[in-house]
Order: sequence, then C-alpha cells, then structure tokens
Amino acid sequence: MSAPVITVEHGAVGYDGRPVLRDVSLTVTAGEVVAVLGANGSGKSTLIRAVLGLVPLSAGSITLFDRPLRRFRQWARIGYVPQRLGAGGGVPATVREVVASGRLARRGILRPPGTADRAAVDAALRAVGLADRAADPVSTLSGGQQQRTLIARALAGRPELLILDEPTAGVDAASQEAFADALRDFVADGGTVLLVAHELGPLRPVISRAVVVHQGGICHDGTVPDPAGHHAEPDHDHVHPHGPDEPAGLWSN
Amino acid sequence: MELFQYPYMQRALIGALVIGLAAPALGIYLVQRRLTLIGDGVGHVALTGVGAGLLLNRSPVLVAVFVATIGAVAIELVRSRGRTSGDLALALLFYGGIAGGVLLVGLSDATSANLNAYLFGSLTTISSADLTTIAVLGAAILVTMVALRPALFAVSHDEEYARVSGLPVRTLNLLIAVTTAVTVTIAMRAVGVLLISALMVVPVATAQQVTRGFRSTMTAAMALGLFAAGTGVWVAATADTAPGASVVLVAIASFLLVAVAGGVWRALRRRAAPAAAPAPEPHEVVLH
Repeated sequence: MSAPVITVEHGAVGYDGRPVLRDVSLTVTAGEVVAVLGANGSGKSTLIRAVLGLVPLSAGSITLFDRPLRRFRQWARIGYVPQRLGAGGGVPATVREVVASGRLARRGILRPPGTADRAAVDAALRAVGLADRAADPVSTLSGGQQQRTLIARALAGRPELLILDEPTAGVDAASQEAFADALRDFVADGGTVLLVAHELGPLRPVISRAVVVHQGGICHDGTVPDPAGHHAEPDHDHVHPHGPDEPAGLWSN
Repeated sequence: MELFQYPYMQRALIGALVIGLAAPALGIYLVQRRLTLIGDGVGHVALTGVGAGLLLNRSPVLVAVFVATIGAVAIELVRSRGRTSGDLALALLFYGGIAGGVLLVGLSDATSANLNAYLFGSLTTISSADLTTIAVLGAAILVTMVALRPALFAVSHDEEYARVSGLPVRTLNLLIAVTTAVTVTIAMRAVGVLLISALMVVPVATAQQVTRGFRSTMTAAMALGLFAAGTGVWVAATADTAPGASVVLVAIASFLLVAVAGGVWRALRRRAAPAAAPAPEPHEVVLH
C-alpha cells in the first residue's frame, strides 16, 4: 500500500456563501494518475485549487504528504500547472525565463541560479519539446505551446506530485501528444498526478483512476468512464461550449 | 560644458544618473503588474509628507519617505484584497495626499517656490547631504531589484503560481510597495512628484518594443534611463531649461524614436521577404 499524497476529508468550499463543493473526500496515493472530470461549473477546478491552498476550505481538512495543508511548507514537492498563462503587463519574457521560475520553490529566493538549475530547465524544455523555442518570447507561441511552457515550468522543479488544471483545453493535437508523452515519462519515474480535465483525449491511456465531480460532490470514483452519446463518436471533437444547463449526459446516473 | 565644473551641476548630474538607473529597475515590475500609474499615486501621498516636513521643520525628504511608505503599503493592501472598491480607495488616497500636501505647505512658512521644487523637481539645489541620501537609497533599490529578480519576476508574472511555489508573496509585494515609495521620494528631488512615473515607466516601454526577454528588457530600460538622465541634464545646462522636464522629454523622445524606427524596420523586412506567408496553425478541430 503506497503512502497517501493528497487526502481531502469532507472538504467544503463556498464563494460568497454560495456552496461550490460540499463534503468531498478524496485520497490520491503515490504513483497514481487521477483525473478529475466533470462539466463546467461542477466544482472540479475548485477542488484542486483548494488542495493547493489557493481557495480556503469552509469545512473539512486537506493533508499533503502527511502534513496538514496549513502547515505544509515543502512546496518543491508539488508542480502546479494553471489553466493558462497570465497576460501580464506586456513586458516580454522568454520561454526559458518562465520555465526558470519553476526552480524557485527548490532554490529559494535569495540563491542565484546554478548549474543544477540550468540543467533542470534544459531537461524540462526537452521533455515538452520546446528546447528550440527557449529564447523566444512566450507571447509569440501558440496556445498549445504556451501550455507546454507551463508544464515545463512545473517539471523544472522536479516535483513528486503534478497538479494540472485543464492542461489540454484548447490545445492543438501536436501539443496534446507532446504533453501525454511528458506525463508518461513523469509517471514512469514514480511521479503522482492529479489533473482536472474536460475530456481526456490522448491522455486516456495514462490515467489510472477517474473521479467525477457533479454538483459539488463526487459521484464516481474508479475506472475511467466511457464517453456516452455523441461524445463516443470516434471523430468527436470537443469544441462546443458547455453551459451549465446542458443535459448532464455522461455525468448523470 | 564648462557649467559642469560647478559642484552644484556635478551633484545634479550624479543625482539624475542614479535615479535614471534605479527608477526603471523598479518600474519594470510595476509595468508587468499593470500598475504603471502607482508611482503617481505614491507621489501624491509623498507630497503630504513634504508638507509635514516643512511644517515641522524636519527634513521634507525623510518625512516624505515615511509617509509615502505608509501610503504605498496601504495601496498594496487594497490591491491584494482585489475589491472593486479598490479603485475608489486609490482615488481617495491620491487626492487626499495632494490636498494634504498643499494644505500643510500653505500652513508652513515655505513659499510657493518650495512647493514647486517638489512638484516639478529641483536638481540644481541638491546639497551634498541630499546626494548621499540619493546615492545610498538608489544603490539599495538597484541591488534589491536586480538580486531578487527571479522571485520578483515570478510574483509579478503569475502570483498564484508564486504562492504555490511557497514564495513569500505578501512580503515580496510589500517590498515592491516600499521600494516604490523610496524611489518616488528620491526621484522627487530630480523630476518632481508629477513626473516621477515617467522615469519608472517610459524607459521600460521603450525597451520592450525591441527586446525579447525580461532580463534584456530590464538591462535596456536601465541603460535608457541612464541615457535620458544624462542627456536631459546636459540639455538643461546647455539650453537653460528645467532639468526634470528635460530628462522626461528625452525619455519620451527616445520612446518615439524607437517606435518609429521599429515600424520602419518591420516594414522594410516585410518588403524584403514578401513571399514568406505565415505558417498555418495546426488544425485543432475536425470540421464535418
């Protein structure tokens, strides 16, 4: 039995009194690749933001690597990949500069970058197939390449746990494949993954367990569910917007 | 050139160069956070400090550092709460600051010339004690902004990611706020409260038109700030113009020059290689 990496017990989150998650319990053990699935607005992103401490819990508790979240300080063990790169104020930054931020958790803010930092940044850039774009401004990259930059930033810190928020949303096919490869390598080296996804695409074979969030609670925890209805068509590409009033389809029992 | 044999002109030049180098080193983080006008706001608040200093017969610059720091920290706290009312709170702080300054200067024995020196700068009246203050604080700003660049870049670029990296986000934000206050107060002597933001922001805006990375933008902006300060003081000495305004106008002229030159260069390159059609993005969807 592997050690639990993330434990959420009876977690609840509300924004301005409106409950988004109610009584969610989830355990992720070392080596697992867990996908959190659900429709837009189901609370799946809120779940991982709560795990990272970006959103406060209104009830329940979260434990990371056997430590209560409140007292957790070993952030270098976690690599976080947000949904998208912030726009920033227009000051250019190269791909390498953004990826190098991923070393700060390990290095601290006062020590200047050394050989190990540079080697880790190089390796992360290679892992996502962006080594040749290292000196280009991130703003000149496509959406998929920007997403890969954020994944490289997380990998550069050599984390044990990767937490990704919709890593493949709006990402071109080539980038999705590059991302699936990087994830496979990460898991082969013993890494643990928690990712939020709208649909899995090329990631599907890598996922070991799926958790489906529906209306603020977990309604499925186990094998990856098969797509239902028009989602199951072989050529189905997930391009239509998901309003909250869409028939739940796959996620309804 | 013989004007620069006078010690007061030498002090003016050195003071301007220190500020020209330090202001963009801080300003780049403000531009990246879309806070380009924050220097103006802190300057308004600093004016209350100047008024209090003149009224109490204390060093106006030191009292201004104190008051501006409190103001900058207050602005940062309002910003980090992210409330919609933050905009209004800032407006209250800005106008309260400038009104308080004018009121306190009026109550003191100071003349309107004193007030003007802080509103528009008064490089040529810098004493050697002033210059020491400017040099020491300027060096501190430079060292902090350059040495902490990776962390300050991370916080300004993606605050949530910085938090998940375990960086002391609140401390770094307050550091930027306090540094803004210190920069504003030392730059107040050079270009004046009303023109400070220009020295923090315009060199960065000029640099980022041609640079590709954050580090190169910072280096180029500092070089441009240094150039604007030196050239501005020289123009002021030669043509007998207001030094602060001259420095800022040189900075803005550099911006326009780079913008026009960049546009011409891009147009020429397009003409030289007209056949190079943009590579199509890979298909993201299959159309039925």
